[in-house]
Amino acid sequence: MKEFFTVAVLVGIAHSGIRLAAPYLFASLGEMVGQLSGVLNLGVDGIMLMGAFAAFYVVFMTGNLWLGLLAALVVGALMGLLMALVSVTMGAEQGISGIGLYLFGLGLSSLLFKTMIGSVESVSGFSTLNIPVLSNIPIIGPIFFDHSVVVYLAYLMAPVSWYLINRTTLGLKIRAVGQNPEAADSLGVSVNGVRYFTVIYGSAMAGIAGAALSIGLLNVFQENMTNGLGFIAVALVYFGGWRPFGILAGALLFSTVNALQLWAQVLGIGIPSDLAVMLPYVLTIVALAFAVRQVRQPAALTKPFERGE
Amino acid sequence: MGKSRTSFSWDRLIDFLLPIVAVLAALLVGAVLLLLLGENPITAYTVLIRGSLGNVNGLTQTLTKMTPLLLVALGICIAFRGGMINIGGEGQIILGALATTAVALAFPTWPRWILLPVVLLSGALAGAFWGGIAGVLKAQLDVNEILSTVMLNVIALQLMNFLLRGPMLDPEQIAAGTNIAQSAALPKQVWLTRLVPRTLLHSGIILAIILAVLVYLLLWRTTVGYRIRAVGLNQSASRYAGIPVRSYMALSMILSGGFAGLAGAVEVTGVHHRMIEGLSGGYGFSGIVAALFGHLHPLGAIPASFFFGALLVGADKMQRTIQVPSALIIALQGLVVLFVVASEYYVRKRSRRRVAVSSDEPPSDEPLADASAHLGQEVIGV
Repeated sequence: MKEFFTVAVLVGIAHSGIRLAAPYLFASLGEMVGQLSGVLNLGVDGIMLMGAFAAFYVVFMTGNLWLGLLAALVVGALMGLLMALVSVTMGAEQGISGIGLYLFGLGLSSLLFKTMIGSVESVSGFSTLNIPVLSNIPIIGPIFFDHSVVVYLAYLMAPVSWYLINRTTLGLKIRAVGQNPEAADSLGVSVNGVRYFTVIYGSAMAGIAGAALSIGLLNVFQENMTNGLGFIAVALVYFGGWRPFGILAGALLFSTVNALQLWAQVLGIGIPSDLAVMLPYVLTIVALAFAVRQVRQPAALTKPFERGE
Repeated sequence: MGKSRTSFSWDRLIDFLLPIVAVLAALLVGAVLLLLLGENPITAYTVLIRGSLGNVNGLTQTLTKMTPLLLVALGICIAFRGGMINIGGEGQIILGALATTAVALAFPTWPRWILLPVVLLSGALAGAFWGGIAGVLKAQLDVNEILSTVMLNVIALQLMNFLLRGPMLDPEQIAAGTNIAQSAALPKQVWLTRLVPRTLLHSGIILAIILAVLVYLLLWRTTVGYRIRAVGLNQSASRYAGIPVRSYMALSMILSGGFAGLAGAVEVTGVHHRMIEGLSGGYGFSGIVAALFGHLHPLGAIPASFFFGALLVGADKMQRTIQVPSALIIALQGLVVLFVVASEYYVRKRSRRRVAVSSDEPPSDEPLADASAHLGQEVIGV
């Protein structure tokens, strides 16, 4: 146990924690925008897998990382279009259509991987981008300023999302549509138009989240490589009370526990890490039961809108 | 209620056919996908059908896969009918399997006639407990059951990883130093009877079909079942009618978890004879697909889970003989779900037209009459 608490190890854990939060941040902050407009997209995990594969495949073929990121964005948006069609236009029960989208993405990404690539391959993903001067600060530097550009982008998403939601006309429309679609409609806001935008936007972000895994953090693609991460991302939106910085805190909690577990394994420390890993999930349930109840969820969440009743 | 069941109507026929159309559409999309990937869809689907239904061996495998699917689907019927979206099947299966294994290993000397019912019951109870957590949290503290069941799935998985690598790890694995994460073999007297020699098909299938009939009777022939469905259709109307809505919300999750837990128990006692990793095998999700395909009706779930069992078996054969990845079938399952829930749009539009003819709002003195009018339509809407 003594070696566990050296400065180097603690810096390593903090560094991993910051890094591993990136996919949660993209996926959750995107999902948040959809939920604020009243649409629960439970298919995030499947979209992430499709995004992860698309990015990996493009980078594997062309070596161009930005093209890979773009591919993940487009594939994610297309999955979002499918979700919007089923959930917004057809007004399907969102919890169930999300499961359909998840299974579709899970199956299709494995199918494509096995037929188009077949074996375990790796690509050279985004390399770390040391921020000059700042990365030289002892302890702080290696923890915060020694990451790939994808990680920085993920953190940038928090203030950007905050601004979008709270300081733009579009954000106002999104919140109005999620709180009181009838009123928004009577003021001339296209409820379903806004929802199409938010679902497609959120899904594109989920695609990027997948890319963050396959060409940002791990540089490989495996079947079901998200391992349910997308479902956690959905829960984080509730956990964070539909607020970007609440989500940021939740993402860091999960990623830090993941980092702790990884380091405990690397160092061969015999704590029953499976039990430790349960903690954030238990904590999320407790938070949903007690803390989040203080925050009102968007009133029209999961309720399809149809005009002219 | 009775009238709509006896009289023939085009609407009901179309409702009945919608899931079948959804499957055909999904298979068509699958065929296009296979073509794009340079595979021959006709060969692939032929292998799929022959492998799962074309011979005794395939057929027994299909029935073996059908068993947990049907049990999970029965639980899903109860939960969805009760307005609770239970996506925690995976976790509930795992808990059921763990409890079954633990109890069977704890009392290895008990005779079969007592030990077998006890282990199956412990599996069901453990699943019911796991589903019940989500149910009670929803009923008492308004915690979204979709999220809590997702979390409980992960927690169950971690619990299994911990137990199978620690306290429940097979002593033989420790002795051999191989440390494959699995439990010790269960005592022989809890093994379910094999129905066809040299196959995996076990008596669990009979149990599952009997339970399907019982769930049908529960939902449509008892007050409890009627109330579960009433709460699922219209909570406020049910509350006015004096139904303790919160208790019934919790109850439908408890029952639902119980069936998933039993699926885990049956997999352990019927197929593997020990707890292994990956035992839940995605049945928690495939069971949802089967239940939706069977119109959320317990008797509809029987052919539905047979069909999806066949797809899963056929997919394995397809992968082994002509190297078309079985993941195709997971993608098609997803499409079936999307198509089925999307087709509800059509059903809902029609029933709204019908409601508009009579009245829009339920009259306040007879709220439940309105709910039961909807019950008669047997709309999948949750």
